Amino acid sequence: MLTSTALVLMMTIPGLALFYAGMVRKKNVLATLIQSFAICCIASIVWMVAGYSLALGTGTPWIGDMSRFMLSGIADHFHNGADQAFTLGAGSANPTAMTIPESVYMMFQMTFAIITPALIAGSFAERMKFSALCVFTILWSLLVYAPVAHWVWSPIGWVGGLGAVDFAGGTVVHINSGIAGLITALVIGKRRGYGHEDLSPFNLTYAIIGASLLWVGWFGFNAGSAGGANGRAGMAMLTTQIAAAVGGMAWMAAEWIHNKKPTALGIISGAVAGLVAITPAAGFVLPGPALIIGLIAGIVCFWASAILKPRLGYDDSLDAFGVHGTGGIIGALLTGVFAYGPLSATDANPQGVVGSATQFLRQAEAVCVTIVWCVIITFLILKLIDLTIGLRVSRDEELEGLDMVLHGERIN
Amino acid sequence: MKLITAIIKPFKLDDVREALTPLGVQGLTVTEIKGFGRQKGQTEIYRGAEYQVSFLPKVKIEIAVADSIVDEVVEAVLNAARTGKIGDGKIFVSPLDRVIRIRTGETGDGAL
Repeated sequence: MLTSTALVLMMTIPGLALFYAGMVRKKNVLATLIQSFAICCIASIVWMVAGYSLALGTGTPWIGDMSRFMLSGIADHFHNGADQAFTLGAGSANPTAMTIPESVYMMFQMTFAIITPALIAGSFAERMKFSALCVFTILWSLLVYAPVAHWVWSPIGWVGGLGAVDFAGGTVVHINSGIAGLITALVIGKRRGYGHEDLSPFNLTYAIIGASLLWVGWFGFNAGSAGGANGRAGMAMLTTQIAAAVGGMAWMAAEWIHNKKPTALGIISGAVAGLVAITPAAGFVLPGPALIIGLIAGIVCFWASAILKPRLGYDDSLDAFGVHGTGGIIGALLTGVFAYGPLSATDANPQGVVGSATQFLRQAEAVCVTIVWCVIITFLILKLIDLTIGLRVSRDEELEGLDMVLHGERIN
Repeated sequence: MKLITAIIKPFKLDDVREALTPLGVQGLTVTEIKGFGRQKGQTEIYRGAEYQVSFLPKVKIEIAVADSIVDEVVEAVLNAARTGKIGDGKIFVSPLDRVIRIRTGETGDGAL
């Protein structure tokens, strides 16, 4: 779990930071890198102060409690330098036995709380005020991420209670961030020059390095979500690799047919789409279904990012919705189709989660609930920021580039 | 004396240099440049977004030569830089009034 935690942190910094920074223009590269880095810092603090307690404290089906405010009580189990395993949902009717210390569990979950708001930054790249980003990260982490994480992952959460499953964050992380990204792109508006000026990527080498780090880090994300070094973790690792590989090939093939050339940005985008889609399913499905999930994700995310987006005319700059929102929805739904019971069977539930029409509908319910909450609250947060400190830099500042205007630095 | 300025595709630079050496060309100046002619740039596609790139990377070669070998040099550049596709470039020949070697102060053909 220690290794998995470090791997997931690597996904945001440096992985996502480089992935996004490579796709913006030269004048916004530092600003984009700083966004990921700053979100990492802010989300860590918010998680420590209240996020963890609200998300994974026992509380009610709707929200956790404040028993871990400022991480109070996290040292209760310490004795002679050792920390006993704690129980998620302790005191509820449905406690989940854990085999890891709470400090590690809390830190592992923190890395998820970091990458989720960082993913949203892809939608508003090159035009959002840094101050607005800081406030947005705090509010969104507390009002959107924490409740949804509680609903889906807490043993007593009401969405989990519907029977919906999310192994490593397809709903909590990817649908949540993708939908928030779409709403942000719509509220903040298009970049100046979108559709007629050259907004081509500054340095795809960065993007490739970033995507590669994401891929490696994803093993911590998915295999780590098994909560132990066991067969289920191994299967999650295997399905992750297969879905990423097939996703990369599928996107590449789709654009090869559509645009006549297989591109570097295409293959890495497809691999990320495959990784996103397998995330909710990783510990529930076998390798064959992982291949199908990766294939569908690669093709549909290509369609969403390269065909649907230009047709609808919104500027989700780096495709937070096209890749994460779309891929997350595909993965969440297909988990309900392909789940293989024995992987998730326990003594209390000997059948495990089995793919069926019923399970598919449960998954669809969870997807819809997340979308509705995320749309409403994200919209309100953005409007609040817009009316108070403002969301977007001025026209001239945007043309000059965020690196100089917001941070007083530039790359040569 | 003439100054031959050739705008060529970057990957043809080595071929041109090899073609010039046997002709007794003593030196040449190479500059990485951008521009367009009838080719009018190219289209790049990133995740479905098309961008028109009008200034393409090219290489400019400048060669000062004696009048006696001008035609041979032009012919050599022409053959070495040609791919037959649009965007192969141009060769300009212009008169050269004076050439002075800075180290020795030599002038004219002797300074080439």
